[in-house]
Amino acid sequence: MVFDYAPAPESRSVVDLRSSYGLFIDGAFVDATGPDRMKTVNPATEEVLAEVGVADAADVDRAVAAARRAHTAVWGAMPGRERAKYLYRIARIVQERARELAVAESLDNGKPIRESRDVDLPLAAAWFFHYAGWADKLEHAGFGPDPQPLGVAGQVIPWNFPLLMLAWKIAPALACGNTVVLKPAETTPLTALLFAEICQQADLPPGVVNIVTGPGATGQALVEHAGVDKVAFTGSTAVGRQIARTLAGTSKRLTLELGGKAANVVFEDAPLDQAVEGIVNGIFFNQGHVCCAGSRLLVQESVHDDVLERLKRRMAELRVGDPLDKNTDVGAINSAAQLARIRELSAAGDAEGAERWSAPCALPDHGFWFAPTLFTGVTQAHRIAREEIFGPVLSVLTFRTPAEAVAKANNTPYGLSAGVWSEKGSRILWMAAQLRAGVVWANTFNVFDPASPFGGYKESGYGREGGRHGLEGYLR
Amino acid sequence: MTADRPGDRLTVRKTFKLYIGGAFPRSESGRSFVVRDAEGRFWANAAQASRKDARDAVVAARTAQPGWAARAPYLRGQVLYRVAEVLEGRKAQFAAEVGRGEGLAAPRAEEVVDAAIDRWVWYAGWADKVGQVLGGANPVAGPYFNLSTPEPTGVVAVVAPQESSLLGLVSVVAPVVATGNTVVVIASERVPLPAVTLAEVLATSDVPGGVVNLLTGRVAEIAPWLASHLDVDALDLTGAGGADSDEPTGQLAGELEAAAAENLKRVRRPPVVPEDWTADPGMDRLRWTLEIKTVWHPVGV
Repeated sequence: MVFDYAPAPESRSVVDLRSSYGLFIDGAFVDATGPDRMKTVNPATEEVLAEVGVADAADVDRAVAAARRAHTAVWGAMPGRERAKYLYRIARIVQERARELAVAESLDNGKPIRESRDVDLPLAAAWFFHYAGWADKLEHAGFGPDPQPLGVAGQVIPWNFPLLMLAWKIAPALACGNTVVLKPAETTPLTALLFAEICQQADLPPGVVNIVTGPGATGQALVEHAGVDKVAFTGSTAVGRQIARTLAGTSKRLTLELGGKAANVVFEDAPLDQAVEGIVNGIFFNQGHVCCAGSRLLVQESVHDDVLERLKRRMAELRVGDPLDKNTDVGAINSAAQLARIRELSAAGDAEGAERWSAPCALPDHGFWFAPTLFTGVTQAHRIAREEIFGPVLSVLTFRTPAEAVAKANNTPYGLSAGVWSEKGSRILWMAAQLRAGVVWANTFNVFDPASPFGGYKESGYGREGGRHGLEGYLR
Repeated sequence: MTADRPGDRLTVRKTFKLYIGGAFPRSESGRSFVVRDAEGRFWANAAQASRKDARDAVVAARTAQPGWAARAPYLRGQVLYRVAEVLEGRKAQFAAEVGRGEGLAAPRAEEVVDAAIDRWVWYAGWADKVGQVLGGANPVAGPYFNLSTPEPTGVVAVVAPQESSLLGLVSVVAPVVATGNTVVVIASERVPLPAVTLAEVLATSDVPGGVVNLLTGRVAEIAPWLASHLDVDALDLTGAGGADSDEPTGQLAGELEAAAAENLKRVRRPPVVPEDWTADPGMDRLRWTLEIKTVWHPVGV
């Protein structure tokens, strides 16, 4: 007898979206200078959620000026214990409004409510809570007896974890005494605008946090602005490279958290059911829109068939659909452009001779969807083994010896994360030492904590976010 | 404080009791002692804790310790931050009691209470940072993963400062519990009542019963039983002798330290010069109740 799932939708009524949002500058919502507006849509339905302003160079200039005033007049000189209390307030308000923010995030981003509710929101609150505690302890962080803020930080974040990435950026910046101008991603501005309300509820001094919405050009104006002392960017390696070039020769500080093509290495002695859960979590968490996703499965030849059989069985159980349904495992692709990119790279996988298998699942008629997919017979030369797909597509490769696993895992310009599955501790630690990646997960994957530094080697960027190490990018 | 004036409503006075295992018992000995305010007027009768009360408090602290230490540091930080939130809401009461007990004018008493709340927040924030600041990987000369991590020593007995009844108390208790220890604290003998009120705050926030246990009474009577108790792991003598006590010779503190040697308790001696409780405390009081555990694991295919 088969018991089907009944729909279990989370209520949208906890979110009260306005039809239109301005920019958040100097503590208030203001209209953008130019006439342009952009629409943000629900990727699961293509329904327009709200209109938001498009900040041009003049708006960015206003925001940077507000941030500078706030830094000079209030925030930079405020005792750490007072900054701490503001950040604790923000953490508490994020916790109090967690359900509302989770639903807004799922609406705007397309991610399953289970993830926004159980991962994005608890972590975002935790990030503020953790860094609140650092604000009055900076002299104990190992950066000298009297570390100082940099000034105004210009921060540009991606659409995959909109509010969480905002927390990763704003919490440490504010804790260290910097003020910020943050540009959320073009397709996911809503939770950043709700966060602006939270700043108001916390009575955060005007200008400490400024939010400017817009497309890439807005981000470019922010990054290039002469009044910015530090740039923090999370996004693609291509844009990160551009920013590094733009900042060359200036005195601006830069941290970058860019793309990845993580190897998830499964040894024959791994606990296979646990490994399969980890593989699924590694690549299908957040529709694979994760820079540290375990997108290359390296499985030891002796267990290849066994692992693939278990993996396909497990993938067939994934529930793809309405992001607001509490049963949903895989939600919508964030945008039409991203869906086109995933389709294009998957087609390249077919064309280059890899074998595609997709989970048998019905996809909704409207919105942007891609079934969980894996490719076998992938070689290191294939585009799907080299380029970041940023979608629910897994490339499966094999190896025979640990040395071969290391060589293949490191054969990428990226170096953000890696996974190792084995019951043998010494092998895990040996692998961890060999892998050129900033985060190595052993017998787990995609776990994050505000106390744990995160960031990449090589072309996955530089700088670390999280914990004591995450303060470094905002202090001198 | 509202006086019991004719024509006014008569105030309901509070019975000041001990705080053990999350409950507020009177002393099992049935004794109480007179607490006077800074001007020498009768204020209340407080419970005078006995040897048995001290031993009960140690049992409660020991029982609570593994669970408290097992909570994620982040959660411990949140629980302790919640204490600060509740403290803030009862600021007026604390300011009145601290003012009356320590003889401080209202503005000064309020400053002291503000500092105590901020101190609590400061230590709450340490809960999930101590490990990263005091621990770390050790670069040993061999194929080993070698990692040192601080862990709580266990049950800590504290003789609270005698003069600073709230700020001093918070400054000695919060760092001990922030890292996962549990505590048995003897309140200031002369000004014990703000400590009892603090216990009420702890009881109504999210701190599990037994994490902080409070005794009021005579230091010279109770402290020796804690100093010689074999299920106590560390002993803070801040208020037991020397500069922050009523017994400046330090003879009692010396005897307590000697008794503590039996099971090699970690002992924090009384300060030589009076502590400035408003100063930045640094990490000192976090460190002394931590053990460092080092794990070795081979590295190799």
